[in-house]
Amino acid sequence: MQALRSTNSLARGPLSVLLSVIWQVRAAVGATPSALSPTNIFAPASTPAKSIAHLSIFVLVITGIIFVVVFTLLVYSIIKFRGRAVDAGREPAQVYGSTQIELAWTIIPILIVVVLFLATARVIHAIQDAPQPPSAIEVTAIGHQYWWEFRYPKLGVVTANELHIPVSDPANPTPTFLNLFSADTDHSFWVPELAGKTDLIPNHPNRMWMDPRRTGIFLGQCAQYCGVQHAKMLLRISVDSPEDFAAWVHGQQQPAVQDESVETGRRVFESTACINCHAVAGTNANGRFGPDLTHLMSRATIAAGAAPNTPEKLRLWIQDPNKIKPGSLMPAMQLSDADLDAVLSYMETLR
Amino acid sequence: MSSNAITNPGVQIDEKPRVDILHEWVTTVDHKRLGVLYMFSSLMFLVLGGVEALIIRIQLMHSLNTFVSPQVFNRMFTMHGTTMIFFVAMPVLFGFANYLVPLMIGARDMAFPRLNAFSFWLTTLGGLLLYFSLVGANGLYGAGNAPDVGWWAYAPLTARAFSPGHSTDYWTLSLLVSGFGSIGTAINIIATVLCMRCPGMKLSRMPLLAWLNLVMAGMVLLAISPLTASQIMLLIDRYLGGHFFDAQAGGSAVLWMHFFWIFGHPEVYVLVIPAFAFLSEIIPVFSRKPIFGYPVMVAATVSIAFISMSVWAHHMFTVGMNSYANSFFAITTMAVGVPTGIKIFNWLGTMWGGRIQFKVAMLFCIGFLFQFLIAGLTGIMQAAAPFDWQLSLSYFVVAHFHYVIVGGILFAIFGAFYYWYPKMSGRMLSETLGKWHFWLFLIGFHLTFTVMHIPGLLGMPRRIYTYEPGRGWDTLNLIITIGAFVQAIAILVFLANLVISYFKGAMAGSDPWDAWTLEWSTSSPPPAYNFASIPVVASRRPLWDLKHPEDPDSRYE
Repeated sequence: MQALRSTNSLARGPLSVLLSVIWQVRAAVGATPSALSPTNIFAPASTPAKSIAHLSIFVLVITGIIFVVVFTLLVYSIIKFRGRAVDAGREPAQVYGSTQIELAWTIIPILIVVVLFLATARVIHAIQDAPQPPSAIEVTAIGHQYWWEFRYPKLGVVTANELHIPVSDPANPTPTFLNLFSADTDHSFWVPELAGKTDLIPNHPNRMWMDPRRTGIFLGQCAQYCGVQHAKMLLRISVDSPEDFAAWVHGQQQPAVQDESVETGRRVFESTACINCHAVAGTNANGRFGPDLTHLMSRATIAAGAAPNTPEKLRLWIQDPNKIKPGSLMPAMQLSDADLDAVLSYMETLR
Repeated sequence: MSSNAITNPGVQIDEKPRVDILHEWVTTVDHKRLGVLYMFSSLMFLVLGGVEALIIRIQLMHSLNTFVSPQVFNRMFTMHGTTMIFFVAMPVLFGFANYLVPLMIGARDMAFPRLNAFSFWLTTLGGLLLYFSLVGANGLYGAGNAPDVGWWAYAPLTARAFSPGHSTDYWTLSLLVSGFGSIGTAINIIATVLCMRCPGMKLSRMPLLAWLNLVMAGMVLLAISPLTASQIMLLIDRYLGGHFFDAQAGGSAVLWMHFFWIFGHPEVYVLVIPAFAFLSEIIPVFSRKPIFGYPVMVAATVSIAFISMSVWAHHMFTVGMNSYANSFFAITTMAVGVPTGIKIFNWLGTMWGGRIQFKVAMLFCIGFLFQFLIAGLTGIMQAAAPFDWQLSLSYFVVAHFHYVIVGGILFAIFGAFYYWYPKMSGRMLSETLGKWHFWLFLIGFHLTFTVMHIPGLLGMPRRIYTYEPGRGWDTLNLIITIGAFVQAIAILVFLANLVISYFKGAMAGSDPWDAWTLEWSTSSPPPAYNFASIPVVASRRPLWDLKHPEDPDSRYE
């Protein structure tokens, strides 16, 4: 992870003092930036997001200085050279230009551009061209119209909408590398506190990575307009401790629970259109159009984060998805109340 | 009208029948009337686009609002963007170019008057076609349906699998038709500027407005052509079994992005260069000084045009280009800031040492300078590609480009209305109503678009019809919505000012601002032939020479 760590050295150089002062002031002001919002780009918790935030502060400082200088000049000239009644009828000196001044305000901006570009190119390279260490977790993320499919090819795990990744210890890094695909339209993977966004485009595989430094839930959502329910294509990343992550993986690797008491519900599920789109490992349900339901109950939300995973919401979702997410591609299943209850109790066993 | 004269012999007919007046306007090839028609049509579309913006803003006022359905919301932002760019901003700027370029270069009309009329009607037809989608788009499937693919209509969302019905067809046909109109106008402006200048008006003596519109027209030719080509490719994909953008069949969704943005980014400069042109005419007159650094202003404009042709993929930093491509587009984008900065400094140099008169036209130009400065700096932030990986597709970008288009271009357009309305109508716009318009719009603008940067920094993506509570976006969005309504009130004041002043405004006379370019040497409004005799000029400010024979500009140039 040498290349990754070197991005932190952006703050070195002539502006380092200024930068670190601003960084500390920012940290000291609002309690924690995360208190503002769980999706604050200035509350980074992983290397890519951190190097971006550093670069952002650097660019903000430079543009801020330009703003103050030009703003002051504009205000000064507007006040100083306002027309006064005594001058009525007289014209001011007619000045046509000045080569020296033109040269000055051409060359100075060019120098600023060079500085900004060098800082930018360095971070582009550090983030985009970071090598993938052997200890990395590999995840295949596939964007679907209004939900996320996550596959861990090396671990044999398939899940949806809620990504679990391990926290990464700088001494022993376990970053997560995502291979990004789309099954239909363009999407974009954006969890602001962990990394910048990268699009998921059909027939155009992309890659991004993150190495979260603290555990917790990180939020985000699809950022590229993908259709009717673009707004409710939410993302939840659970950054787990290594032990929790291992336990989660172990749980997800198990086939679906076979509970005889919900046999009726399972039969309804397997004999209706549910299985055209959904998969449950160990049964004949192997659809790929909708989320894998093998461990549905291990997830905190349903419908790509549009509703909490409670029995009431799940019932409503199966009965009429449009009540929760109008325009969702899941059809209303038109089940009788008895069948609905049976399917629901079957779903509740899928831990 | 002759029939009236025959049936009522001896009665003096003062006014033509309304239908004849209408007939004259519809069949006109006069550049001034076409200019006014462009403005009239774009003001109508401005109201439509504005109502769409208000619907968007009401929906986003607080989290989980249900004012409109997601389907309606998606149509609203698609229609708002398409309308404002193609049927408000471009036509109104073409309108001013049409009206002013021949007058300022001492010509009697555009080079191709009939092409001019044809271009106007194509552009307007394109707009009507877009709005006809509301009744016609779903055809036999059922009720009407406006396009809902976003104003940049990324593939493969526009494929028939994801966009059934005809809404996307109306979108693409509308841009195809109005695109031909834009190309016609661009050819016309180029030919007019190059071939129709009055004696003595060398290129180096041309008013900056004519220069900048020449550059703009050149960019239209280069930018609109790929857009038009891509619309045809999209139609082939949708109806003739093509696979240009069909990723499932080996086509490329990224190809559409390149086509769209190689139009889309130069388009920003197509819109902003005429706005620069207004400032370059208005600021000198109200500072009572010639433009500072005329040759540098021309050179900066031309270099903006060249550089801006190589920056398009900064709209695509998140689509996964390699690090070299990202670096290339980062530096070209930052580089375009240099000539743009030079222009701001030259306007500052023009005001420096002047005697600034704060007429409403000048107030709008001063507003432009501050807001365009900020827009340029937030543009630099997004040119830093990694920063853009966070900012792109968020409300920060929405705030940024509204700063360019509203805080910059629209402010300049308002300034142009206040400055040239007296020439077009013969009457002054009310300065009192104008100040109400300016201050209300300024306050509304900042409530909306200054605040709008923050939800972007807090992770709010654009084009979402609703959002979850607890993200820290609610209060900000409420303020933004309030600002939108303040702006709407300001626009109503402006429209009222246009109407009231047309009937009750003070008479303007031919030269109300004591200005220096040729349009002020003829009556207000100018006669159909513009100039009784073609003027002859000896400097960039022919009317200054006329008013100051003891100290003419021609002595220094």
